Amino acid sequence: MKMLNILLSAFRALQRNKMRSFLTMLGIIIGVGAVIAMLAIGQGAEYSVKEQIAALGTNVLMVYPGAQQQAGVRTAAGSSVTLTEDDALAIARECPAVQYISPGAFAGGQIIAGNLNWSTAIQGVGADYLEIRQWPIEYGDFFTDQDVKAAAKVCILGGTVADNLFPESSPVDQTIRIRSVPFKVVGVLTKKGQNANGQDQDDVILAPYKTVIRRLSHWSNLRFILISATSLKDITTAQTQISELLRMRHKIQPYEPDDFTIRNQTDLAATATATTQILTILLASIASVSLLVGGIGIMNIMLVSVTERTREIGIRMSIGARARDILTQFLIEALVLSLVGGITGIILGVVGSSVISSLAKWPTIITAFSIILSFGFSIAIGIFFGFYPARKAAMLNPIDALRYE
Amino acid sequence: MIHDPGLSATNPDSPLIQIDHLTKVYELGEVEVHALRGVSVRVSKGEFVAIMGASGSGKSTFMNILGCLDKPTKGTYILEGIDVGKLSRDELAAIRNKKIGFVFQGFNLLSRTSAIENVELPMFYSTVSNKLRKSKAIEALEKVGLGDRLHHYPNQLSGGQQQRVAIARSLVNDPSIILADEPTGNLDSRTSVEVMGIFQELNNHGITIILVTHEPDVAQFAKRHVVFRDGKIRSDKVNTNPKIASEVIKDLPMIDDEEDEAA
Repeated sequence: MKMLNILLSAFRALQRNKMRSFLTMLGIIIGVGAVIAMLAIGQGAEYSVKEQIAALGTNVLMVYPGAQQQAGVRTAAGSSVTLTEDDALAIARECPAVQYISPGAFAGGQIIAGNLNWSTAIQGVGADYLEIRQWPIEYGDFFTDQDVKAAAKVCILGGTVADNLFPESSPVDQTIRIRSVPFKVVGVLTKKGQNANGQDQDDVILAPYKTVIRRLSHWSNLRFILISATSLKDITTAQTQISELLRMRHKIQPYEPDDFTIRNQTDLAATATATTQILTILLASIASVSLLVGGIGIMNIMLVSVTERTREIGIRMSIGARARDILTQFLIEALVLSLVGGITGIILGVVGSSVISSLAKWPTIITAFSIILSFGFSIAIGIFFGFYPARKAAMLNPIDALRYE
Repeated sequence: MIHDPGLSATNPDSPLIQIDHLTKVYELGEVEVHALRGVSVRVSKGEFVAIMGASGSGKSTFMNILGCLDKPTKGTYILEGIDVGKLSRDELAAIRNKKIGFVFQGFNLLSRTSAIENVELPMFYSTVSNKLRKSKAIEALEKVGLGDRLHHYPNQLSGGQQQRVAIARSLVNDPSIILADEPTGNLDSRTSVEVMGIFQELNNHGITIILVTHEPDVAQFAKRHVVFRDGKIRSDKVNTNPKIASEVIKDLPMIDDEEDEAA
């Protein structure tokens, strides 16, 4: 029996019970649709995490004071006071693999502008900070090296802060008061949106680190040093150079651990990617359970169909159908169910994902991989769950099948 | 598919069917049922044999073995030189496809499948091109007088017409024998005679027909009567004066049952 003929008769057999075929397919449609949508959401999350990390700059190194471990006791990074401004200057001077460097300090507090106020984090940074972060200015200017050296009371507002303190007018050249200290606003940053942890990256004020240390912070040392390597491949070199330099400057003996921590974004990226990948796998596995249930539905309906059509099987056998002809016929029917269901499910998944994207503003990505996977999955399900009923049909005794009422 | 030299080189003198000492034992749990107890019979090409007997006489079992639907417990069955008893399931299927045409009491057409598609069905299981398949199916349906009902569905056809579709289906692969199992069992008397007329006409064209029936009236149309009883052949006689269906039908009153026009 030729393949095309089998296919045609399979379609016709399924057409005879339209409602039943549709409901059976629905199991697969929902299963495949769910797998596609879940993969799309997971991969979308993975992509946006990667994107945000890339936006931080992948050749970026962060140096924190404090060691990861001291005599077996872990202390929080940043808990000791070991990173000084001179360290930062020495790195800039002596490490050839370092391109930009920005010492960093933190402060927080209430900010007042006119009759409005806002509470946010104030980051003290160097003049090269935005180069490292690859973060452009929306309007106005960034402060200069002179401003930093002079500890000038100037600042740059993040988009969220600007919106809240200056809803009507331009904040540039206005004065805000941070914990009673007046600062002149020189620029506003472009909006970045949320970071991978869901924090608003635009809810920030940038000021020269010296100003923050002198005017706003109780801490005279640096809280971090942000460094960019000359290129992505130099990042390890830069890390080694910084490490050696700081160990020498801090007079750390070879057997002693570091009193600082260097982190790079690649590590962060790897961790975050791994996390979202686990999320994707988790979502997809939950969704594939429904695909499995859909497969069981196919098996169920094929068993019913074999019983109902016992006489037909008997007739076919009596006129010369071999066991394998009957097997093929029922297997193809199961396969048509799962394939048509699978393709419809893929369409549903793709449409569903874009609806999720546009309604929930959640990035979704549909890859060829997820489509091929679901497609392959539905074929496998059709064969796996169709085989037993088809075999049952093929193994029927023609005489019994003919007499079946 | 069938690796037997006898397939094409049939000796014209050797019988079409050669059955020797056939026994069939069914094991139903502890009990053994002897359905056939040593049956030997020969059928030549072009015969029209009626196999008769009460229910339980073993004629159905014999029919199943004859139709290669079942295998004998002992004994040999040689069909056109092929020892059928030695064949595998698939080889038996091929024999059924090429050498045997079945006509059943209950017609056994595929429902919701048009007449022509039902007739085409045996050719799906053999190597016949799509084009030839269609023309052969039409030809077979024309032979049984249903050339104008090609695309009717079984539920749109009368019982007699359905049985004629079944006969067309049995004919379509040019089989060596047509096996008809109570073909008139579900038909009224006039239609029965008409169906027998078709068999007689096919037989006149040289097709071997074996008819299983318990109705003596129907058996009268055959040229030879083989009577079964208790799993054995009780008598095997030539019917010297078979009835001719085309003549019988003239004497029957017209019942408008057969020609009722189904939409």
